Amino acid sequence: MPAYVNFVVAGFLTGAVYGLMALGLSVIFGVVRIVNFAHGEMMVLGMYGTIMLNQYLGLDPLLCAPLDAAVLFGLGFALQRGLINRYIMRPEHEQFILMLGIATLLTSSMLMGFGPDARNVQPDYALDSYELGSLVLDKVRVFAAAGAFVSVGLLWGFFRFTRTGKAIRACADNQVGAQVVGLDVKRLYAVTFGIGAACVGAAGTFMLLLVDVQPYLAGDYTLLSFIIVIIGGLGSMPGALLGGLLIGVSEGLSAYLITPSLKSLISFGLLIVVLLIRPEGLLGRRA
Amino acid sequence: MRIPGGGRTALALALLAAALLVLPFFVGNYVLSVLVVFLFAAYLGQCWNIMMGFAGLLSLGHALYAGLGAYVSAALYVRFGVPPWFGLIAGVAVAAVAGAGIAALSFRFGVTGVYFALLTIAFDEFTRILFDHFDWVGGSAGLFLPVKTLTHSDVWQLRGSPAMFYYLLLALSAAVLVLSRTLLDRRIGYYWLAIREDQAAAQSLGIDVFRYKMAAVILSAALTAVAGALQAFYDNNLYPDTIFTTARSVEIITGPVIGGVGTLFGPIVGAFVLTTLGEAMTVAGSYFGVPGLKQWFYGAALVIIVLLQPSGLWPWIRRSLRLGEDAR
Amino acid sequence: MSAPLLTLERVSKRFRGLLAVDDVSFAVPEGGIVGLIGPNGAGKTTIFNLIAGVYRPDSGRILLGAAEVGGMRPDAACHAGIGRTFQLVRPFGALSVLQNVMVGAFRSGAAPVAAERAAREVMERLGLAEKADAPAQSLTLPERKRLEVARALATAPRLLLLDEVMAGLRPVEIDAMVGTFTDLARDMGLTILLTEHVMRAVMALSHHIIVLHHGQKICEGTPAEVARDAKVIECYLGTGT
Repeated sequence: MPAYVNFVVAGFLTGAVYGLMALGLSVIFGVVRIVNFAHGEMMVLGMYGTIMLNQYLGLDPLLCAPLDAAVLFGLGFALQRGLINRYIMRPEHEQFILMLGIATLLTSSMLMGFGPDARNVQPDYALDSYELGSLVLDKVRVFAAAGAFVSVGLLWGFFRFTRTGKAIRACADNQVGAQVVGLDVKRLYAVTFGIGAACVGAAGTFMLLLVDVQPYLAGDYTLLSFIIVIIGGLGSMPGALLGGLLIGVSEGLSAYLITPSLKSLISFGLLIVVLLIRPEGLLGRRA
Repeated sequence: MRIPGGGRTALALALLAAALLVLPFFVGNYVLSVLVVFLFAAYLGQCWNIMMGFAGLLSLGHALYAGLGAYVSAALYVRFGVPPWFGLIAGVAVAAVAGAGIAALSFRFGVTGVYFALLTIAFDEFTRILFDHFDWVGGSAGLFLPVKTLTHSDVWQLRGSPAMFYYLLLALSAAVLVLSRTLLDRRIGYYWLAIREDQAAAQSLGIDVFRYKMAAVILSAALTAVAGALQAFYDNNLYPDTIFTTARSVEIITGPVIGGVGTLFGPIVGAFVLTTLGEAMTVAGSYFGVPGLKQWFYGAALVIIVLLQPSGLWPWIRRSLRLGEDAR
Repeated sequence: MSAPLLTLERVSKRFRGLLAVDDVSFAVPEGGIVGLIGPNGAGKTTIFNLIAGVYRPDSGRILLGAAEVGGMRPDAACHAGIGRTFQLVRPFGALSVLQNVMVGAFRSGAAPVAAERAAREVMERLGLAEKADAPAQSLTLPERKRLEVARALATAPRLLLLDEVMAGLRPVEIDAMVGTFTDLARDMGLTILLTEHVMRAVMALSHHIIVLHHGQKICEGTPAEVARDAKVIECYLGTGT
């Protein structure tokens, strides 16, 4: 089996976590139409949350995921309800600035609270791996990806089968119509933001299995989320997942073919091309 | 050029100018260095304001132009001994071309609003990673300018005390202020504001929207690069990860946002507030051993301003002091 | 009447499945006031947008004098001499009334002093002189409509396209506008093409009327002729028994 296959598969698995992360952003933008510049910050918050749960409650990181998601849901809900809801109708650049401000606040708060040094979790299986023929897969990567896929599945089920999920989709399709039918749009927005935050919280937990956390990662993750969502299609959930997998694989390949540190170059290059040629992304609809 | 407010304001401005000119003789090097930071922020904020405040184009990747100005001038100086002022001109040219390229691509493809802002970030970050691997200018390890101790300041070589940079930046800030005011009074200024308010209506009145938007971007980029070059010779070291980072772009816009986007004095007021309080936060932070206090304060300032006073501090101050609408 | 300033020759425009303008031809004489009427969806605003350069015609020609203006960009169309107002007024809210009109006046030349003078003249004609320094967003609807016209007029057009400019105005305001436009056409030799639902205004202003229905021209003539035409009555009132 050619050597690059390991890289591609590893990238695919990482991409699943990216996909979950981007899904959160896609959900938020697709419904609430807010460009969440604090997305990466929320993810890093989730990562630190997992560190704390792991440290003080001794929980295995995978078990932290639902807890993390729940806490971040609450935060997201409160944020939207309390603050962001007022900005839905305001000019775009004011929304941006608000989210930028929140992002800066979050990053610096985490810096103050946790310090600048990198931290990580060390689950028992950290150094184990599965072997399929000549394919070597780190257990952590497999578990992270599994967690991500499960989360995406749960989300899909939520939007497809629950009442709230359907109501949110109605809002996304036709906000005025939704109000006419009596849906409490503001509350649904808050729920949606909460869900987006929960996605990113869970994604953070899974990501922690793969990388160390420090406050300055946040900006990179925000940008990465945007790259994925735009390439996959703003407002399209399958698109976010697909975009995540694509970016994961491309990062894996570029790590193999060229220097790892240039992997972001490809991602940004792709972003530029997509923004220019096909801003609605691979699977999105025109905003 | 009319002076708003008439004789009283003219006198106040004259006194302020005089005070600013003699200030370096009365304050120590620490205060002077803070003032230099303030002037950089005031100048950069005004440059960004031309693109956003006047023409309504949100750029979140402005660090790109400052960085290009810095690297081009510094590299030419370090590698070829090119005099700094010529290097600065080269840096300005490169930044102008970069701005023109980004603008042309974006506008031809109809990329606006959110997407345009993201595109500016993408180009900036792309360039950052490129420079990280560009070993001829030091790569991620950085580029260093030789520092010589001189007995006097050498403006031609841009080697000198903080006071020298203070006066240079003071002159630049004043110049861009006068330039902005002049442009706003002429057709180009009116056309920019029209484009900012309503592009379709502007077009129906005979305005070539593409051309005027390009002009705003190129001017803003070129002016920003000047500060970048000066920064290189002031700090004497350059790293892609500090110069081109998005955090730097956010820093550039924070001043004008706080002070008032689209106004003349807004970026200056904003820069002043942020620099002085930011310094206070840094001092307090190291005293109490709390890292990141200054960034926290910047973030809080952004959120508070957008919440309570979205048009910025300057319009509010102007209203309170009853200076009238003319004192933009 | 005089030679045609605006000529549409077999102009068509299709949007995906919908044929919004179907093989329409008409002419507007220089110095004349022509009304374009028809039920909602008849294609009136599309024709305006075609003339003003917002859309390209799929087929046919649009001529101003002898020059082909079909397919020009909106700003080029303005330089060619076409001024237009928008159905939903679009003032530059943050700018003052004077500044708004000056934006229009700058089309003829870059000198701010000349532009201000020209702007003030136009504002005088439209009764906006007193509101010169008021921010545009503080104006009432009738004032905004006058501002919209003043701004377009300041570009010194040969042809002025008025898109439902009377909508939302009270009868006394409508009469005032009718008077203003009649004077403008007479004093400045301005050619006007207007589209309206307010029949009172159309009948009073227009020398000639063109009726559209489902993108096609179904009738044209003097106001009196058009009012009697069976096809026109049918398209507005439907067929009765």
